[in-house]
Amino acid sequence: MSWSADEMMTVAAARALRDGDRCFVGIGRPSTAANLARRTHAPNLVLIYESGTIGAKPATLPLSIGDGVLAETADAVVSVPEIFNYWLQPGRVDVGFLGAAQIDRYGNINTTVIGEDYRDPRVRLPGAGGAPEIAASCREVIVIVKHSPRTFVERVDFVTSVGYGGGPGDRGKLGLTGRGPVLVITDLGVLEPDPRTAELTLTQVHPGVEPAHAVEATGWPLAVAPSLRVTPDPSAAELSALRLLERQD
Amino acid sequence: MGVIASLPDAIAELVRDGATVALEGFTHLIPVAAGHEIIRQGRRDLTLVRMTPDVVYDQMIGAGCARKLVFSWAGNPGVGSLHRFRDAVQRGWPAPLEIEEHSHAGMANRYVAGATGLPFAVLRGYVGTDLPAQTATIKPITCPFTGEVLTAVPALNPDVGIVHAQRADRAGNVQMWGITGVHKEVVLASRRSLVTVEEIVDELDPRPGAVILPTWAVSYVAEVPGGAHPSYAMGYSERDNEYYQAWDAISRDRETFTAWLKEHVLDRVRVT
Repeated sequence: MSWSADEMMTVAAARALRDGDRCFVGIGRPSTAANLARRTHAPNLVLIYESGTIGAKPATLPLSIGDGVLAETADAVVSVPEIFNYWLQPGRVDVGFLGAAQIDRYGNINTTVIGEDYRDPRVRLPGAGGAPEIAASCREVIVIVKHSPRTFVERVDFVTSVGYGGGPGDRGKLGLTGRGPVLVITDLGVLEPDPRTAELTLTQVHPGVEPAHAVEATGWPLAVAPSLRVTPDPSAAELSALRLLERQD
Repeated sequence: MGVIASLPDAIAELVRDGATVALEGFTHLIPVAAGHEIIRQGRRDLTLVRMTPDVVYDQMIGAGCARKLVFSWAGNPGVGSLHRFRDAVQRGWPAPLEIEEHSHAGMANRYVAGATGLPFAVLRGYVGTDLPAQTATIKPITCPFTGEVLTAVPALNPDVGIVHAQRADRAGNVQMWGITGVHKEVVLASRRSLVTVEEIVDELDPRPGAVILPTWAVSYVAEVPGGAHPSYAMGYSERDNEYYQAWDAISRDRETFTAWLKEHVLDRVRVT
């Protein structure tokens, strides 16, 4: 079976979720990947959407976070203040699953504005939503984003959600309770923070991708791990589950 | 008291030029018809409050109702950007739009503070982000017990809070269920409120887990079947996804948008 780069990215993101994890999911690619994980290796994955549905088990991909299919299949439906104050803030969620418009070498994320001047932006993006507190409070964060020099920038124009700030130790100084972004999964490969420098480093490429391609698609001199791994091919089961999901979308 | 009124009468009574107005609905039960009525009545200089300004706020901003937007995520959910919002922020069309920007957790807590009658709320949020530097309503506060530095956000008490719900009875008691977001908080935080409902019934059937707003906690109730279209109204209608997708093209161009607004909002009078 052949596959697209987008499909490889979604499968790789799904594999990063462990069975039984409590996962805070955004609509779009994170939701697709989390639902794929629940249909393959992680049937007990707990999907939490910021609209207040906990343990949603949708049969089809939700069109938005207000989709009735999430409420009907959830273990509980709670208010928005409750989802943030009772469930997210105290650290009851294992994984936060985020996208990004820009991400920098320390895993800081921008979804607010492109351009230096917040009051006179080149591009106005949707804004923060739940992301700042998801990035702060989930035990760990996984980012899924397409790889390009416009997205992978030396410094984000605006810090909407904190990764490792300006380097090692910054999260602790800021009092952020979660570990921060442990994986950045792209259509080319996987980046992980270097344990010493906290800098995102290419640790894995998808099948057929040259490391140089990922370096070119990154807006800073991307470090490549000496023990670079190659992502195992998507299995037929993964691909057919993903295609079934997306057809229903 | 939840006085039963027509939508035009309730909007005319509640929403004045310059008012701070919150239309809420976390992608479910969005009071779209009420937003259209505000556009038809030509309200100006509104401070529009909403966690997730989406298509109906894009329409209100493009129609020139808004002077300021207080929000935490502005987008066309599941589709992409809001082009009228972007045009107002980036190019000042049809009027410059002042923004006061938060995160979802911050906005939710501002409503909670408003509903509880306290001046502010406390959360462990925003730290390390660039938001506090741009938003005057995000401030550090030291816990008097532990010394931990936390974040304070002031209460939101809109002049008018508007939501859509499934049902009300003839006395004006409101019942809603499913994803109810910040519906209860915004109604309780607002000085006056309007709830549009799918139907008014003689008696509300008990539904476990449903949110009830007793008539004395609501100012007006208007029966507006389909009043959440194109958003969901659980038990009544599904999301009209084609509408959301079509909005992307309609809203990209000022002229296309203006023609759409005239045909679908300004020239269309609701008979409810």
